[in-house]
Amino acid sequence: MLHTENLTKHFGETTAVEGLNLDVAPGEIYGLVGPDGAGKTTTIRLLVGALHPDGGTIRVAGYEVPRRAEKAREHLGYLPQRFSLYEELTVLENLRFFAEVRGLSAAEWLPRSMEILEFVGLARFSARRAGQLSGGMKQKLGLAAALVHKPRLLLLDEPTTGVDPVTRQDFWQLIIRLVSEEGVAVLVSTPYMDEAARCNRLGFLREGRLLVEGTPTALRRQLEGRILELRGENLRALRSLAEADPLVEHAHLVGDRIHLRVREGGGSAPKAAAQLQKRLAARGGAVTSLLPVAPTLEDVFISLSSE
Amino acid sequence: MSASLLRLRSLIRKEFIQILRDPRTLMLALFLPIMQIILLGYSATNDVRNVPLAVFDQDHGPAARALLDAYRAADYFRLAYEVDSEAELRALIDGSKARAGLVVPPGYTDAIEGRGAAQVAFILDGSDPTVASTSLSAAQLIAQEHATAIQAARLARQGQAQPRLLPLEVRTQVWYNPDMVSAFFMVPGVIGQILYSLASVLTATAIVRERERGTIEQLIVTPIRPWELVIGKIIPYVILAFLNTIEVLVLGALLFHVPMRSPLGIILLLSGLFLLSGLGIGLFASSIAHTQQEAMMSVFMTLLPAIYLSGFFFPIQAMPKALQYLSYIFPLRYYLIIIRSLLIKGADIAPLRDNIIALLIFGIGIMALAALRFRKNLE
Repeated sequence: MLHTENLTKHFGETTAVEGLNLDVAPGEIYGLVGPDGAGKTTTIRLLVGALHPDGGTIRVAGYEVPRRAEKAREHLGYLPQRFSLYEELTVLENLRFFAEVRGLSAAEWLPRSMEILEFVGLARFSARRAGQLSGGMKQKLGLAAALVHKPRLLLLDEPTTGVDPVTRQDFWQLIIRLVSEEGVAVLVSTPYMDEAARCNRLGFLREGRLLVEGTPTALRRQLEGRILELRGENLRALRSLAEADPLVEHAHLVGDRIHLRVREGGGSAPKAAAQLQKRLAARGGAVTSLLPVAPTLEDVFISLSSE
Repeated sequence: MSASLLRLRSLIRKEFIQILRDPRTLMLALFLPIMQIILLGYSATNDVRNVPLAVFDQDHGPAARALLDAYRAADYFRLAYEVDSEAELRALIDGSKARAGLVVPPGYTDAIEGRGAAQVAFILDGSDPTVASTSLSAAQLIAQEHATAIQAARLARQGQAQPRLLPLEVRTQVWYNPDMVSAFFMVPGVIGQILYSLASVLTATAIVRERERGTIEQLIVTPIRPWELVIGKIIPYVILAFLNTIEVLVLGALLFHVPMRSPLGIILLLSGLFLLSGLGIGLFASSIAHTQQEAMMSVFMTLLPAIYLSGFFFPIQAMPKALQYLSYIFPLRYYLIIIRSLLIKGADIAPLRDNIIALLIFGIGIMALAALRFRKNLE
C-alpha cells in the first residue's frame, strides 16, 4: 500500500530525511518512532505530497507521489499533528466540506458522515463548532475527516499528543478496528512507547535515517539480558553510583526504580546483577533489589537515541 | 456538474460560512465602507463655505455697512467677529478662530460718497492654502461686484441713466458638477479605494489563514486543484466587493446626492476589471506572507502609495513629474478616472479606452504572476 525507496529531503544545509525505505502492507500498523527532529513529520508530509522529495521514489496505492499525487490522495487519509479543520464550521459542516471536495455526492455525504461520527463517537456533537471541541474530540473529528472517503492508507502524525489517556485508549481502539475490519494500512508516528507497542512493526528514525526496523518483540529482544531493574533508597544517588560503574552503559529513572543497561559482553544477566549489587553496596548504595527484567520499548528507544 | 465545479461550490460555501461567522471580517467588510464614506464625504471636502471673517470697521458709515452686507450676502464668509483693534484681529487669526480679516479704514464712507477711491485691507490666513486661495478669489469677486455697483450708482447720480457695459465678459460653465460639490469627487474615490483594499486584504488573509491555522495541511490531501483553491477563495470576496460597491453608491446617492450617470451594469463590469488587480495583489501577498499580519502589512505597503499617488485626494496634474510617472504603476489611478467619469460625467466607454486597456493589462499581469507563485503545498 505504501512503498518508498531511498527517499531523501533536505532543507537548505540540513538533512531532514536520508535514504528512507519504507513498506506498509494492508492491515498493518506501522509505527514511526524517534526523537523530536528525527524527520517523522517531514516523512509523512513527503508521503502525502505536501513536500517534494529531493530524491527517491514514493508509491501510494500504486501511484507515484508527487507526480500522481492527486490519484494517490484518493486512497489516503491524513491526520496532521496540528488540528487542521475549520474552527468556525460545525462538526458536520467540516465533514460535509471534506466529503464533498473528495467527490461524495449530495446523497452520499450525509449517511457517510453520520456513520463516521457514530464510529468516532461524535454523533452527539455534530452541530457543535469545531473550535469549541476539547482536544481529544478535535483529534477524533480530524480522524473522521481523514476517513470520510474510505481511504486504504491512513497516515497519522502524532495523533494523540496532548490527549488524555482515556481518549488515547479510545482513539487506538478506533485504529485497531479500522485495520482489522477494513484492512486499512496505517502509518503512525508517535513519541509514546506504549503506543509504539501497539504497532505491528516499528521503524526507528534518527537524524532522518531509519536505524532499525522490526516488530516490537524483535526490537525488545535486541536488549535481552542487558536490562537490570534497581530498587532502593535515594534513587538519585544510586543512579550516580550505578553510572560510574564500568559495567553500566546507561541508567535512567523509571518511576520509583532505575533501569540499568549493562555493557555487551558483561556475562549473563543474573551474574552481572549479583556482581553489581555487591559493588554498589560496597560504595554505600542502599540497594533493595537488583534483578534482570525484560527490556521495554523505552529501553530500546533510549538505547537507540544515544548510540 | 463536473467534479471540479462541485469542489468549487463546496469551497465557496465553506468560505461564506467562515465570513459570516467571523465578526471581524464581517465588520471590516460591511462597516468600513460606511465609515469611510461618511468620514471622507463630510470631512475631506474642498468646498470652502462660511469662512469665519473678523471685521475691523474703523469707519462705521453707511458705505462701510453696505460693503459688509455684500460680504455677508455671499455664503463664502461668515462675519464672525467685530473687533476694535488690529491686535485683536491678529489674535483671532493667530488662534485660527478667524481665517480672514477685513479692515475698513476711517473715512471710507466719505471717500465712496465723494468722488475718490477707497482702499480696504483683506487679510488671509495662508497656513491652509485651500481655504486661503478660495477666500482670496471670493473676496476679490465680491469686492469687484460691489465696486461695479458703486460705479453704476455714481454714474446714475450724474444723470447717465444707462451705465456702460464692461467691454469683456467671461461666461463660465461648470460641467457635470456645477455646484462643485467635493463629495462628487470623493465618493467615486472611496469606491475605488474600498474595492482595492478589501479585495487585496481579505483575499490575502483568507489564503494565509489556511496556512497559519494549519488547515492547508488537510486541504493539500484533497483533490482540490490549486486553481480551484484560488477561484474558490476569490469568488466570495468578489461578491462581497460588488456588494460594497453598491453599498457605497447607495450611500453616496442618499447622503451626498452623488449621481450615477452610467448604467449599473457597465459600472460593475469595469469595477470587476479593476478587482482583478486588487485580488491579484492579495493573492501575491499571500504567496510571500506566512502570517495574516504579514499579509496585511504587505498589502498596506502597496495601498498607501496607491491612495496618495492615484489622484484619490490630490490631483495627479499638480504632482512633480517624477511622481506623475510613478502614478502609472498603480491600477487605482486608471480606475479612479473611469469610475469618476462613469458616475459624474456619464461618459461612454470610448473616451475611457486607454484606461480600460491599462486596467486589463495590470489585472491579467498581476493575476498571472500571483497564480504562478501560488502553490498548493508546504514548500
